[in-house]
Amino acid sequence: MNQPDFLKMVSPFKDKVFRLAKRLLISREEAEDATQELLFKLWKSKEKISDYKNIEAFAMTMTKNYCYDRLKSKQASNLTLVHTNYKEKETPLDKKVEDQDSVNLVHVLIENLPLQQKTIIQLRDIEQYDFDEICKMVAMKPTAVRVALSRARKTIREALIKKHNYGVS
Amino acid sequence: MELANIEKLVEKYLNAETTLHDEKTLRKYFKEGIVPPHLLEYAYLFSYFANTKDETFAKTIELEPKKFKKSTVKWFSIAASIVLLFSIFIGEQAYKRHQAKKQFEQISKGLRLLSLNLKKGEVAVSSLYVYENTEKNTVK
Repeated sequence: MNQPDFLKMVSPFKDKVFRLAKRLLISREEAEDATQELLFKLWKSKEKISDYKNIEAFAMTMTKNYCYDRLKSKQASNLTLVHTNYKEKETPLDKKVEDQDSVNLVHVLIENLPLQQKTIIQLRDIEQYDFDEICKMVAMKPTAVRVALSRARKTIREALIKKHNYGVS
Repeated sequence: MELANIEKLVEKYLNAETTLHDEKTLRKYFKEGIVPPHLLEYAYLFSYFANTKDETFAKTIELEPKKFKKSTVKWFSIAASIVLLFSIFIGEQAYKRHQAKKQFEQISKGLRLLSLNLKKGEVAVSSLYVYENTEKNTVK
């Protein structure tokens, strides 16, 4: 496999790798570095890769593990960075701004979820993988995945409703 | 799709029982339809999901950053060892020179002492000559 072939092969999922990395590591620069590193790792093990049936799923698993390790190895102090500067923006100027705010709020809400739920909601609701694939990527049983996903969705919805009612009253 | 159906789907969605197909229906509904107020939060949710999916990895993928790094490290170590060898060589020479200088100083100090003492002896001997001369004179 030469370089153009490899680039062609990774192009359908490199953005997914990047988005998952960004979801987990939060900072854009870190996510870019992680993506670069992961793609390079894939490239290095290109001989082995051809044995895998589903390279995309393999790459996503790798991404997840890599990011978990990164988070474990250094206490990510930038975790608080994003949502501390969020709360101040609660002045609804007009409907559009408010809508945009609520959409942004979803981002913060997902960020505050437990790591596992964050990963699963990213894989399911944003990347739209089916349950079998997600189970393999996060190494969890289907029921556990469903429970985590359901919890994540409910948490986000309740927080959104709370915010909305608060704005009305 | 009618509202009743959507409500059912949304309920299933919260329990994580929807299929990918169901979720596609929901996504479409909340993107296009006029959303009733009690489902508004889902509109935010799904529009966030859609927005996020647009984000891409814009940087170019570099496939040999490590190789480059490795070779620079190698060259650095070679350069460092050369410098080390060279400085050891220079240091050795300087040490030798220093040692030789020290030896030379010691020897010349010794010689100076010797000559000083010899001079004393000479003075003493010359006074002896004076004595001898006067003795000869008086004897004559």
